[in-house]
Amino acid sequence: MSNITLNSNEPKGGLTNKWTDYRGSMNLVAPNNKRNLEVIIVGTGLAGASAASTLAELGYKVKAFTFHDSPRRAHSIAAQGGINAAKNYQNDGDSTFRLFYDTIKGGDYRSRESNVHRLAEVSTNIIDQCVAQGVPFAREYGGLLANRSFGGVQVSRTFYARGQTGQQLLIGAYQGLSRQISNGQVEMYNRHEMLDLVLVDGKARGIITRNLVTGKIDRHAAHCVVLATGGYGNVFYLSTNAMGCNVSAGWRSVKKGALMANPCFTQIHPTCIPVSGHYQSKLTLMSESLRNDGRVWVPKTKADAEAIQRGEKKGVDIAEADRDYYLERRYPAFGNLVPRDVASRAAKIACDEGKGVSPTGLAVFLDFADAIQRYGKAEAISKGIDNPDIVKLGEAIVKAKYGNLFQMYEKITGEDPYKNPMKIYPAVHYTMGGIWVDYNLETNVPGLFALGEANFSDHGANRLGASALMQGLADGYFVLPYTIGTFLSKEIRTPKISTDSPEFATAERDVTDRLLKLKSINGTQSVESFHRRLGQIVWEYCGMSRTAEGLKTGRQKIRDLRDEFYKDVFIPGDLEDYNPELEKATRVADFLELGELMMVDALDRNESCGGHFREEYSTDEGEAKRDDENYAYVSAWEWDDNQPILHKEELKFENVELKTRSYK
Amino acid sequence: MLSIHSILRGIIFYNNMNWIINFLTSSIGKKLVMSLTGLFLITFLPVHLLGNLLLLKGDGGEAFNTYAYFMTNNPLIKFTSYGLYFFILLHAVQGVLLAWQNKKSKGKKSLVNTYTNKTWASNNMALLGILIFAFLCIHMGDFWFKMKFTNRIDIIDSYAGYEGVGIKDLYSRVSLAFKQLWIVLVYLIGLAAMAFHLLHGFASAFQTLGINHKKYTPIIKLLGIGYSILIPLGFAIIPVIMFFK
Amino acid sequence: MKLNLKVWRQKNNKDEGRYEAHTVEATGDMSFLEMMDVLNEQLISEKKEPVAFEHDCREGICGSCNMVINGKPHGPQQGTTTCQLHMRHFNDGDSIAIEPFRSAAFPVIKDLVVDRSAFDHIIQAGGYISVNTGQAPDGNAIPIEKDLAGQSFDAATCIGCGACVAACPNGSAMLFTSAKVAHLGLLPQGKVEHTKRVKNMVDTMDKEGFGMCSNIGACEVECPKEISIENIAMMNRSYLASVFGGRE
Repeated sequence: MSNITLNSNEPKGGLTNKWTDYRGSMNLVAPNNKRNLEVIIVGTGLAGASAASTLAELGYKVKAFTFHDSPRRAHSIAAQGGINAAKNYQNDGDSTFRLFYDTIKGGDYRSRESNVHRLAEVSTNIIDQCVAQGVPFAREYGGLLANRSFGGVQVSRTFYARGQTGQQLLIGAYQGLSRQISNGQVEMYNRHEMLDLVLVDGKARGIITRNLVTGKIDRHAAHCVVLATGGYGNVFYLSTNAMGCNVSAGWRSVKKGALMANPCFTQIHPTCIPVSGHYQSKLTLMSESLRNDGRVWVPKTKADAEAIQRGEKKGVDIAEADRDYYLERRYPAFGNLVPRDVASRAAKIACDEGKGVSPTGLAVFLDFADAIQRYGKAEAISKGIDNPDIVKLGEAIVKAKYGNLFQMYEKITGEDPYKNPMKIYPAVHYTMGGIWVDYNLETNVPGLFALGEANFSDHGANRLGASALMQGLADGYFVLPYTIGTFLSKEIRTPKISTDSPEFATAERDVTDRLLKLKSINGTQSVESFHRRLGQIVWEYCGMSRTAEGLKTGRQKIRDLRDEFYKDVFIPGDLEDYNPELEKATRVADFLELGELMMVDALDRNESCGGHFREEYSTDEGEAKRDDENYAYVSAWEWDDNQPILHKEELKFENVELKTRSYK
Repeated sequence: MLSIHSILRGIIFYNNMNWIINFLTSSIGKKLVMSLTGLFLITFLPVHLLGNLLLLKGDGGEAFNTYAYFMTNNPLIKFTSYGLYFFILLHAVQGVLLAWQNKKSKGKKSLVNTYTNKTWASNNMALLGILIFAFLCIHMGDFWFKMKFTNRIDIIDSYAGYEGVGIKDLYSRVSLAFKQLWIVLVYLIGLAAMAFHLLHGFASAFQTLGINHKKYTPIIKLLGIGYSILIPLGFAIIPVIMFFK
Repeated sequence: MKLNLKVWRQKNNKDEGRYEAHTVEATGDMSFLEMMDVLNEQLISEKKEPVAFEHDCREGICGSCNMVINGKPHGPQQGTTTCQLHMRHFNDGDSIAIEPFRSAAFPVIKDLVVDRSAFDHIIQAGGYISVNTGQAPDGNAIPIEKDLAGQSFDAATCIGCGACVAACPNGSAMLFTSAKVAHLGLLPQGKVEHTKRVKNMVDTMDKEGFGMCSNIGACEVECPKEISIENIAMMNRSYLASVFGGRE
């Protein structure tokens, strides 16, 4: 297998015309042929649902799969902030090129120029499409669409629906999908989990699924397979991902020859609610927008921090002079609004110094007292109130802006964030890495496509806020429906794929054997306990900062854990039944391999870039040191249990100049 | 099942009028029947009350008896009264059917049954309705049936303007009945049930018709509460006063 | 704190089902589902089958979690899903009864897991705007009044959890259906097929076996997203208009 050559299949021509010219010249599939071509789509979140409905509209026969009880539950629904588009409705100098440039720069120059430019180009179509579908975006009094600004950029290009943009976009895509289901163009398989990919003559021709209600193992065939299965942040156990998010569909494809690209590029979001105890099952994100008004600080002395940790003091008890507003101190130019990776690392450093402010010592303050004062005074002046209650006025403004977030914080922690500063800590949020794809979003396995967070293509080493929704919908609505034709136009003479072939039989048997094997271990430890331990290892050695030494240790620890898993895991219940523990077991088994690959990838990349910070490669001030000379490539890994094999796709930057990111 | 559905199917030939049946058997159609018949009964009650208050006039029943004569003999009112009986029956039958179907839709009930409901009445409309219906049977049997189909009520010929007409002395029958404590109690219970039924039913009828507005719904609700208290109270004072007279 | 749980166990839809008593040690900072995790770890360590329940995002937006806690869908706290309910709202020694969302249209799959595909069918009947990808005019082509967009958004926040059906003594899905009707019907782009949409969605809702609305209002009280029954009135109105005003 190792003589793979990675070809990005980028069309020739100038950056700005590439996509248009390509669309105008690519091979098409005629309508009469489309009805005979079947497409399997795994995952029905933003990318999957939008792709399924669009392909169905075009006339393809689509089979869509989700492990949820309904496509509306996909984790795209939890995205809060918004979606970017280069509409320039605000007349503030935005353009396709600027969005392209911001995304490339924000990604620390580790993404493919052509893909990112296409993303920026179609971003405007997404907004039009979503408005037409009935997505209730925020509006100005004049009835036109409202925008807000987000971290790392200088224009207002983020469209939003209060703090629930992801929900509204997903519901829009889900409704479009529902329409095609009722038209009979999409066959929807809810509560079905993909457990293997089937290759026939080297092409992706089907999948093996498990019916999660009855436990039945089924074969499904099609002319090609599309993975839209999201990210793998749950390898960390504690993350802002939903409990069900997993890497299994992607990982099974990797085991069938697809390549995993940049797996160590994970995004740690700086503003999450800290862990409160060992029972913790997931972390909750507090929108990045809070950093517009909140000031991040820790006590200057360890003594004060320890008093807070013991519960003897509160944040408000610390005098102004004894506080260290470390982001403002270290990054005077951007202050509290530095990008996510920088803010997260700074919080970790403060806590490593023993200045954390929660009982576990892993939290920093996000303080709105100044904002309340500032808004209160402004309000008093603008309304001409004598003897104003500044705090009350200010709180009202803060409530109007962030009310639902403050309410959520109070629900979870039981503390009033208006009176006491919020406590936050970074948490795993998004994975930039994913299945390697070319310009057509096709993997190195012919007929296998990957969309959205499941692929690696657009965000490089760090994703900017409000770009995940953009990419998911761009891929599903406006990219794949065209590029899939490059493969399918060659398949018009291929008859309906049969599930009776030996390839399907073997794949099905492999799945059954794997499940039987897991079940028959009949050990003593729960799946959850293994997942928790795996998460701790990955977080410790491949989290916010990494060292060569740690990565080697981490890798060994994961291998040991994997051995223990296959000796001592206990799965209750039956195989032919609704069995959530069995579902978890297959997912954790795959995470145990992916986790190792992340360590391998992070160890290979001897530089610091974006979400990947190697302590050995930092400046004297502790800032990231990128190595464009040696590491301006995509690491695409072929899985091998002994030693994964690296394939490199060199990145060429012809339209942007590589610069060091500085936020000082 | 014998339902409005099958009855109507018999009446309406397939003249492309299926939509009527489809509508009347849809959940919202069924509710609309409840709402409209309910509203009709709501308009009837004040009229009935005004007439009945004549019982308290203290003229030995002349005003009341002539009013009763008018009500039972005027062709227009007679016609309306048949409509009224039909709507009462429709409201009752439909209500019971709906309650039964809803129970089926709920399936197994929770053991810890603390369904949140804004008023107790809203959750017990069928029970209240059955109580009211039972009360109506007693009420109608006691007065209406006896007046119409028996000779047990005396005839008076002497009212001015009605000489020789032969007006039934319903007043005496009523005052006789309301001297018995148990009948007074039955009336009070029946009227209390009606009050609670109206407490939910009044505003609910408007919601079913699709009238719900930030500004006007509070007014409707207030009117509903006033109506549900005042009208049954007005009816209730009649037997109480006549009992103590 | 020590809690005495009575948890509904039901092997499958054919099984009668019964309550099972368990004791669990919990702390105030745990979410309700984390308390259930503790119970399940306990059961697994005894080599017993854990309680099946649905959950996913655990931040109150996916609509997966569905427990009736002491008779109330999503428990005692208003405007809160089960996953966002925290144990600090309970006291040491409390008894807690945990059941699935009950309605004939939501058959039990196992323990606390029910089948809510009837909701999907209602959306498939018309809960969309028929616009193909690529057909859309510019996003700012149709200005929409800010308040109207807000009203539409309020209805669109429905997470499809089914608490309204569970709260309703009639097992009615009117709040769910009307929220979608209002979300789309209030917007100019959704008005085009509004009449047809209402008719088809209501008819499907009836077919799926949901009960009828008797305007009790329990649904709006228990809705974790606090969606108003004003939407139901709007749907009633629209349905009447579609029947009497439409040509079909």
